[in-house]
Amino acid sequence: MKEKHAPTDPQRRGFLDAAAAGVTAAVVAPGVILHSVTAAPRSEAVTSDVRWGLLIDTSKCADGCSACVDACDKENGLDLQTPPPGAAEARWDAQKAVWIRKVKVQDNQTGRVTNLPLMCQHCEHPPCVDVCPTGASFKRADGIVMVDRHICIGCRYCMMACPYKARSFVHEVMENQLTRVPRGKGCVESCNLCVHRRDHGEESTACVDACTAAGHEAIVFGDLKDPRSAIRTRLAEMSSRQIREDLALNTGVRYSGI
Amino acid sequence: MAKAAVRAGLVAVGLAWVLAAQVVLAADAKTYVVEGSKAASLESCVEPTDLMRRRHMELIKHQRDETVHGGIRSSKHSLAGCVDCHIRRVTDQTPAPIHQKSEFCGACHAFTAVNLNCFDCHAAVPKGPGADLAAQAAHQAVGNRPSVQVGPEGEGH
Repeated sequence: MKEKHAPTDPQRRGFLDAAAAGVTAAVVAPGVILHSVTAAPRSEAVTSDVRWGLLIDTSKCADGCSACVDACDKENGLDLQTPPPGAAEARWDAQKAVWIRKVKVQDNQTGRVTNLPLMCQHCEHPPCVDVCPTGASFKRADGIVMVDRHICIGCRYCMMACPYKARSFVHEVMENQLTRVPRGKGCVESCNLCVHRRDHGEESTACVDACTAAGHEAIVFGDLKDPRSAIRTRLAEMSSRQIREDLALNTGVRYSGI
Repeated sequence: MAKAAVRAGLVAVGLAWVLAAQVVLAADAKTYVVEGSKAASLESCVEPTDLMRRRHMELIKHQRDETVHGGIRSSKHSLAGCVDCHIRRVTDQTPAPIHQKSEFCGACHAFTAVNLNCFDCHAAVPKGPGADLAAQAAHQAVGNRPSVQVGPEGEGH
């Protein structure tokens, strides 16, 4: 149990951050040209010192906007899926892998309509991990719930266990995959909070970037364990809920205004 | 006495034949690194060549677990790094997938009749922004002169 922490002095924390950044720069510097935007790739295994999460302000989520979904499709190569020959369009739409769904909910008594993007909720106690017979469905130390396709047998038990309908099965042979997002027939997949961006030290996810670019700023991404992070600040000041709180899964994706 | 001499002679010829065959085989094997790839201009791979030939599958199998579960992307044994370095690059053309029989992985796997499943899921050509990051990390880990040529696809990310 690590409940008894001495309160961290913010100045000291700032100093440590700065020192760490300095060390990284020094190690990386000699004779190495880094990619323009990305930091050095991760060289040590992720730890539970961070827990990645999202906060979605549904009051800012616009009806008819699909910026986050489109950005996710592009970032993760979902737009490269091709329907099998002769497939009906409606059937293909229901079958192809999707990581974010735009959901519209209406309170029938008041008529209030709410829009929200629904993706993997990155539960602390994920039912998909509980039921996986091979250990392919797993939670990374930093809270990201993902599928190790190397050991996924495609049984789809996790898809049935997920209360959020967040997972998709790849039914068709894939070609032209992106290097950063492998994908193949016979495996289950879902939102992984742009894990390739996490491992290269980038600050946000594709959906967050797109939502900001579209002028909505409805999604905040950040570290749920860092009391100074933007997401924690927002969570502290506005009321938010988990979807299906009754299941006590402690989701990493929180919604306000529902 | 004469019989013994003949026998010794035969053994010597046999040995010479075996040695020569090995040399020829080695020369054959060298041709698998394709011209026009980054690898063709480098002296050796991320490990000594004989080790890579025999054990590359073990290296990438261990590495995949570190990457998927631990998020480690700086390893020199990454498949994306293999592809980036060994793909045959022709100017202004999309490279041929590396598991085709004429290409680096496909040629050897066809010769040895070993099924190659990596590219059922993984990209067989470097594709998308950041496709060269794994190769850069591998070069860095090995201490090679980093042949960083950020191509048109590697920019804007």
